[in-house]
Amino acid sequence: MILYWQIFLAFFIPGILGYGGGPASIPLIENEVVSHYHWMSVTTFSNVLAFANSLPGPIAPQMAGYIGYVQGGVAGSLIAIFATVAPSLILLILLLKLLYKFKDSPKVKRLTMLIRPIIVVMLGMMAYNFFAASKQASGWLPLIVIGALSFILMQRFRLHPAFIIAGALIFGAIFMG
Amino acid sequence: MDREEKTYQAAQKKGSTLTRYRDIFVAFFRSSILSFGGGPSGIPLIEAEVVKKYKWMTIEEFGDIVAIANALPGPINTKLAGYIGWRLKGIGGLVTALIASVFPMVIALIVLLGFLTAFQRQRWVRGMTQAVLPVVGVLMAQLTWSFVSSAKKGLGWTVSLLLISVSFILMEVIHVQPPILIALTLLYVLIIPARPKTSAGEHK
Repeated sequence: MILYWQIFLAFFIPGILGYGGGPASIPLIENEVVSHYHWMSVTTFSNVLAFANSLPGPIAPQMAGYIGYVQGGVAGSLIAIFATVAPSLILLILLLKLLYKFKDSPKVKRLTMLIRPIIVVMLGMMAYNFFAASKQASGWLPLIVIGALSFILMQRFRLHPAFIIAGALIFGAIFMG
Repeated sequence: MDREEKTYQAAQKKGSTLTRYRDIFVAFFRSSILSFGGGPSGIPLIEAEVVKKYKWMTIEEFGDIVAIANALPGPINTKLAGYIGWRLKGIGGLVTALIASVFPMVIALIVLLGFLTAFQRQRWVRGMTQAVLPVVGVLMAQLTWSFVSSAKKGLGWTVSLLLISVSFILMEVIHVQPPILIALTLLYVLIIPARPKTSAGEHK
């Protein structure tokens, strides 16, 4: 029982302190798992991180699920995922509920409008970061060729992104390894 | 006949509830297993499912949710999945969306680390990750563009470009954290009254 409570705390704290999405909370998770509770060594932790990083999907909840499983079985896994995800999710639901209640008030309409430029910059910077990471990992040529090709396929031929990502994965495995 | 119609309607309704759960699962499973490189790369993929494919909400609503989800701590992908699932089907939808976006890869992690293969050092795996980066960049850029045009629709070109530049300088040059900026916008809207033209709606 104490173990489950510890698992909950170990992932609840990084979950509510990790501003800026999953990756921001990884050092906080390390602090709890390695330095505080000594559940694993730094090397093991970085191995788990490397694996979670090369698998698709959200990193922090995945790591929580795995570490929770190692410490406390299926129940530990569920508790760890819940602790990572639930607090901010509940806050989000409440905030948006409030917002939609006053959906037709001019203030909320104005808020929605004024937040848009901020979203533009946030998403634009994310796009830039992915291009920069791509350039650093494989240089200009693959970036331009794959980028242009996927733009044309999506924009002109309206292909679902799933096919393009699958295509890029196959291409990368064969030609870029 | 009345009763027949009712049973028919009920049956249809039941059919549609079933599909909805399946749709929620498929939407978030697909967007999760295709998002390489952590949280943010999943945003355009979730948008592709939620706005474009299943039409559960407009792009404007999706933008509000992303902004507020981003202003709160914690992983972004699962926040979006959980909230959208909740909005569609309550707690059941929330749990379905979360399971779809987290569990498949937790299981994969347990299995893979169990075997302890040095698979992330395999060259073909690195090649896969590298080839996907430009695609994610393009997806992100397209999503950005759709918010530029929706900002333009509401605010006009001049104001939009001005506000985009201002938020760019604040976030990227002065390094103001986005949550703070969003909170300040919220405060501004609450304190400064709307223009007289729209204030009539407030009395309702």
